[in-house]
Amino acid sequence: MGKMSVNLCGIELDNPVIPASGTFGFGYEFAEIYDINCLGTFSFKGTTKDSRFGNPTPRIAECTSGMINAVGLQNPGVDAVINNELPKLKKCFNKPVMANVSGFSVEDYAYTCARLDKEEQVGWLEVNVSCPNVHGGGMSFGTDPKAAAEVTKAVKAVTTKPVIVKLSPNVTDIVSIAKACEDAGADGISLINTLLGMRIDLKTRKPVIANKMGGFSGPAIFPVAVRMVYQVANAVKIPVVGMGGVSKAEDVIELMLAGATAVEVGAANLVDPFACKNIIEALPSVMDKYGIKDLKDIIGGTV
Amino acid sequence: MKKSIFKIAENTPLNANVYKMTLAGDVSEITSPGQFVNIELNGFYLRRPISVCDYDENSLTLIYKVVGGGTEYMSKLDAGECLDILTGLGNGYDTTLSGDKPLLLGGGVGVPPLYNLCKKLIAEGKDVSVVLGFNTKDEVFYEDEFKSLGASVTVATADGSYGVKGFVTDAFPEEYTYFYTCGPEPMLKAIYNTAKTSGQMSFEERMGCGFGACMGCSCKTITGYKRICKDGPVMKKEEILWEK
Repeated sequence: MGKMSVNLCGIELDNPVIPASGTFGFGYEFAEIYDINCLGTFSFKGTTKDSRFGNPTPRIAECTSGMINAVGLQNPGVDAVINNELPKLKKCFNKPVMANVSGFSVEDYAYTCARLDKEEQVGWLEVNVSCPNVHGGGMSFGTDPKAAAEVTKAVKAVTTKPVIVKLSPNVTDIVSIAKACEDAGADGISLINTLLGMRIDLKTRKPVIANKMGGFSGPAIFPVAVRMVYQVANAVKIPVVGMGGVSKAEDVIELMLAGATAVEVGAANLVDPFACKNIIEALPSVMDKYGIKDLKDIIGGTV
Repeated sequence: MKKSIFKIAENTPLNANVYKMTLAGDVSEITSPGQFVNIELNGFYLRRPISVCDYDENSLTLIYKVVGGGTEYMSKLDAGECLDILTGLGNGYDTTLSGDKPLLLGGGVGVPPLYNLCKKLIAEGKDVSVVLGFNTKDEVFYEDEFKSLGASVTVATADGSYGVKGFVTDAFPEEYTYFYTCGPEPMLKAIYNTAKTSGQMSFEERMGCGFGACMGCSCKTITGYKRICKDGPVMKKEEILWEK
């Protein structure tokens, strides 16, 4: 075990850096330019029961220090993920991968998780109850403690793999939702998904994004992530995976101080495909700078 | 895909809003005409995808129009300044399908990627016709450059102030074996409906990453969902599904 290793729900990670779902596909685009085995793990593209195209385009809007996306969970469906994507992934990634799952009903979540439970390379199930870009699903499960607990229970019933529930920041009381998931058997909590945002084009006076609103991510949301990770980590006993605007090694350390056991990196991958590799390589010297001998020692170390 | 630093050699206006930038750097990842690069700009979160106009061993030429804050910032950069650029993005045009007499149709800032394509087709010994469409005379650029390559060039302007009056579809030659085009979507649709042959069209969309990771620029085609940045931007006529 190295000085950067952490244990996430019983599985050892060489380092806490995890590309976030939706910003890393199934890894191949990145495996073409660097060896992705340097990552702690990565969370693959949000997978649903059936294939989805997602929302109409434009789906992307730029913001100051960030971006809005309204992709809407485009993915080939769980069967294609198992039959086509995972065999390809095995060739370029030899670690357990985090399977990100979304759905439109409790049954959808359970179905998709049950299918992925049988896949050897899947280490964790990250259950996304926080996608702001789909109607009648996604975020609607993550904004109500009862619904979030119901999804958690249903998923836990069909898998022996650790279940990490990914929460939305678009709520009044994140702690009550995190606790409801913990009480329902969640093995971990990851947060924050994107903040609901919107841009309007001054020339056309139309929303930039076809779906009008979308999920705001990037460095601008980092302070919100630190605050929510801190609140949740202080309220639950299960591990917390922190994310939201992380773009450098210092951000990883800050989220870990706030209480994160591991840290996901999202939008940064899209503007610099080497972002995660660079963060991992920079971590030892940043640890030295702040007198950190072992990353495990600083989890929740805010004084 | 490659991420590397390029040094600006020249950044000069071709007309009121269109600029030509040449840069020195590693172009080894660029493999076909019609590919694009994605440029990091100081103070802007997302990179700016710009089609490659031309390239040789160690230089890259881009022609871009000032349409917003990012391209305005680009237009103010001086020679000697450096830019972080992702190169080798997108599929590019396939010249093997062109036949003997390919037709190139460009509209506005859709013209630039056709330049290196024209160069390649002529090097392959093909008899290339080019139709360049602009709104008005003041916007015309690169007519002489295409002529210098040895192509037969027709210019069309919507207001008739230069060349043929009308759109590129009003200036189709009698005879051609295949077409290649890049330009605004209404132009692409008109070409789709006018052309007698098969061809390839280059599409545009707001992109997140530009290299296939975020699914921001997806479109539906006859052969399934495609990412304009990675599976495109060039699509074959037979696979295009018009939605909007």
